[in-house]
Amino acid sequence: MSQPSISKSMTIGESGLAVVFAVTAFLCVIASAKALDAPFAFHAALSAAASLAAVFVIINRYLDRPAALPPQEINGRPNYNMGPIKFSSFMAMFWGIAGFLVGLIIASQLAWPALNFDLPWTSFGRLRPLHTSAVIFAFGGNVLLATSFYVVQKSCRARLAGDLAPWFVVVGYNFFILVAGTGYLLGVTQSKEYAEPEWYADLWLTIVWVTYLLVFLVTIIKRKEPHIFVANWFYLAFIVTIAVLHLGNNPALPVSVFGSKSYVAWGGIQDAMFQWWYGHNAVGFFLTAGFLAIMYYFIPKRAERPIYSYRLSIIHFWALIFLYIWAGPHHLHYTALPDWTQTLGMTFSIMLWMPSWGGMINGLMTLSGAWDKLRTDPVLRMLVVSVAFYGMSTFEGPMMSIKVVNSLSHYTDWTIGHVHSGALGWVGFVSFGALYCLVPWAWNRKGLYSLKLVNWHFWVATLGIVLYISAMWVSGILQGLMWRAYTSLGFLEYSFIETVEAMHPFYIIRAAGGGLFLIGALIMAYNLWMTVRVGEAEVQMPVALQPAE
Amino acid sequence: MSFWTRHQVFEKNSIILVVGILLVIAIGGLVEITPLFYLKSTIEKVDGVRPYTPLELAGRNVYVREGCYLCHSQMVRPLRDEVERYGHFSLAAESMFDHPFQWGSKRTGPDLARVGAKYSDDWHVTHLTNPRAIVPQSVMPGYPFLSRNEVDPDTIADHMRTLRTVGVPYTDDQIASAGADMRAQADPENAGTDAFNKRYAKAVVRNFDGKVGTPTEMDALIAYLQMLGTLVDFKIYNEKANLR
Repeated sequence: MSQPSISKSMTIGESGLAVVFAVTAFLCVIASAKALDAPFAFHAALSAAASLAAVFVIINRYLDRPAALPPQEINGRPNYNMGPIKFSSFMAMFWGIAGFLVGLIIASQLAWPALNFDLPWTSFGRLRPLHTSAVIFAFGGNVLLATSFYVVQKSCRARLAGDLAPWFVVVGYNFFILVAGTGYLLGVTQSKEYAEPEWYADLWLTIVWVTYLLVFLVTIIKRKEPHIFVANWFYLAFIVTIAVLHLGNNPALPVSVFGSKSYVAWGGIQDAMFQWWYGHNAVGFFLTAGFLAIMYYFIPKRAERPIYSYRLSIIHFWALIFLYIWAGPHHLHYTALPDWTQTLGMTFSIMLWMPSWGGMINGLMTLSGAWDKLRTDPVLRMLVVSVAFYGMSTFEGPMMSIKVVNSLSHYTDWTIGHVHSGALGWVGFVSFGALYCLVPWAWNRKGLYSLKLVNWHFWVATLGIVLYISAMWVSGILQGLMWRAYTSLGFLEYSFIETVEAMHPFYIIRAAGGGLFLIGALIMAYNLWMTVRVGEAEVQMPVALQPAE
Repeated sequence: MSFWTRHQVFEKNSIILVVGILLVIAIGGLVEITPLFYLKSTIEKVDGVRPYTPLELAGRNVYVREGCYLCHSQMVRPLRDEVERYGHFSLAAESMFDHPFQWGSKRTGPDLARVGAKYSDDWHVTHLTNPRAIVPQSVMPGYPFLSRNEVDPDTIADHMRTLRTVGVPYTDDQIASAGADMRAQADPENAGTDAFNKRYAKAVVRNFDGKVGTPTEMDALIAYLQMLGTLVDFKIYNEKANLR
C-alpha cells in the first residue's frame, strides 16, 4: 500500500501550527509571570501547558503517520474523517453530565442556601454561569460540532476539509470551555449573560470559530452532490450568525494585557440592547438553527422517510433566520429601552411563531407512514418528542413576549421554566437522539448496546422535565401575582421575602426534576460506553443519503 | 422560472448562500440597534448622574464578579406595584455610564436599582456576611470573605482610564487622585475628603464596614449599593420634558 516514492515531510499546516503553538507557549509563560491577578496567571499557565502539549502531539502524530496523508476516497467511496466526531461526542457526554450536575447543585442551593458554603467559588453567582455555559456551549456545542462534521461529510459525500484543522476546532473549542469554566469559578466574568468569558477567551473563541466556518464551508465546496442539503443551510446559518453575534456583543477594552479584567465598549442602554440581541439569538441560532439541522438530518434518517416538504423547509429556513434576529428586545419590556424598540421586538417575536411551527410540522410530518416506529424505537421517540417540546416552547415564547403577559412573567421563574422546556425537552432530547444514532455510526457498530436502557432514559428524563417545568410555571406565576397583589385598603399585600418563602416547595420539586434528568443522562453515558466497548462491529458501510429533489 | 427553481442558486452555491444569510440576519439588528446611538430621545436629560467614584467602581466590580445580577435586577419598571415597592421607575440616563449594564433578568431577590440609603451600613455588613442573620427566610449566599479582602487603591486609576476610553467622562483630576479618593471615601477622618467631595457630587464619605485601615471589598460593595438610585433628585426631575 505504501508508496515509497513519496518522501515523508511535514505539511505546511503541521510545521506552521507547531511553530505557532511554540511561540504561543513562550508568550503565555511571559504573560503568566507578569500577570496582575491570580486567575490570569493561572489561565496563562494553562495556555502555556496546552500549547506545549499541542506541539508535542503534532510532532508525535507526524512521526507516527504514514508518508501520505489520508486519501480523500477509498475504492470510490469517500474516506470519512470520524476522529474529531468521536472526540466531540465523548466531550458532549462528559460536559452534559457535568452541566446537569452543576444545574442540580444550584437548584438545590436555591432550596437550601447553606449549600453555598459561604465560599467564593461555590456560591450561586459563580456556579450559575458555569451551569449555563456547560449545558449550552459545552454540551450543546460539542453535539453541534460532532453532528455538523458528520452531516456535512455524509450529505456532501466528501471527506472533512483539512488534516489538522478539524482537530484544532474540536480541541480548541473544548479548551475555550475549560478556560471559561475555570474563569467563572475564580470570578472572571464580564457579566453579560451567556457571554460571560473575558476578552482573552473571546479572542481565542474567535480564532477557533473562524476555523470551524472554514472547515465546514470548504467541505461543502468539495461536495460531490449538486445541491447543498437542507441541514447544512441551518448549520451554516448557525455558524455564520454566532460569529456575527459574538463579535457584536463582546468588543471590550482590557485594563491591561496582563490582567483578566476588561470593560465592554457598549454602555447602559446600548449595551442592554446588544446583549439581548446576542442573548436571544444565542437561543435562535445556537439552540435552534443548529439543532434544527440535527432534526432535518437525523429524523429522516432514523425514520427512513424523506423530509415531509422540501418547499416548507425553504420557507422555514429564510423566515426563521430573518425573524429571529428582531426578537431580542422582548427581554427588555417595560425597561428604559425606548418603546418603539420594545414594540418591534414584540411584533417580530409573535410572527416568529409561524416559521417555528412550520419547522415543527416539517419535522413531525416526516414521520408520515412511520408512526408505528415510535412504539419500537425509543431513539426515534426521543427525537419526535423533542420536536413536540420545540413546538410547545415556541408557542410559549411568543406568548410571553406580549407585553402584558411579560409584565407578569418577567423576572420570575416562569422564564426559567420556559427556557428549560426548550433546553431539556427540545435541545436535550434532540441531542440525546442524535448521539444515540451517531455513536454506533461513528464507531462502526451495528446498533446500541441496549434499547431498553434508552427507553428508561426516555421515561426518567421525561418525568424530570415535567416536574421541572410545571414547578416553574406554578412558582413563576405565583410569584408574579404575589408581587402585584394589593389588599382591599390599597396596600401591597406581600413583602418581597414572603414571595421568596412561597417558592420553597417548588424549588425542591424543580431540583428533583433536575435530578431525574441527570440520572437519565448517566444511564445514557453507560449505554453509549458499552456500545463502544462491547458493541458488535458493523461490516457494511452505511449507504450515503440521497440528495433531496 | 418558478420561485422554487430560482431558489436553487442558494442550494448550489455555498458562497451565495453565506452572503444571503449575512444579508438576511443583518437587517433586524441594524434597524433596532443603530438608532439607539443617535436618536436624542433615547437617553433622558437629567441632572445629577455622574461616573462612579473609585471606591464605588471597585464595589461594582465585586458586584459583577460575584454574579449579583443573576438574582437582582437594577431596573424598576413603570408598573404600579413596582413603583410603590421600589421607587421611581428607572431612567436610561441612570445607567448611561454602566460598562457593562446591570439591569438583570431575574428577581430571585428584590430589585436593587434604588436600594441606596434604604438600609444602614451595619445592616449591609451583617446581611452580606450572613443574610439569614437578618432575614431568616433568605436564600442568598453569604459573603463573609468580602471583609477580609482589601481593594487596591494603586490600580483603580488604570480601570478609570480604560473606562474613559470607552466613553465614561472621568476628568484628568479624577484619574490623578483615584487612589487617594478611594481611601478618602472610606475614612471620614482622612484629610482628602473635602477635595474628594468636590470631585464627586453627592458621594457619601463613611467608614462603610466599620473597620480601620485600607478599604475592603465590603467597604467598596456597600459604597456602591448605598449610591444606587440616589443620584437623580426626582423632586425636581421634569417628567414631561422627557416623555418618549
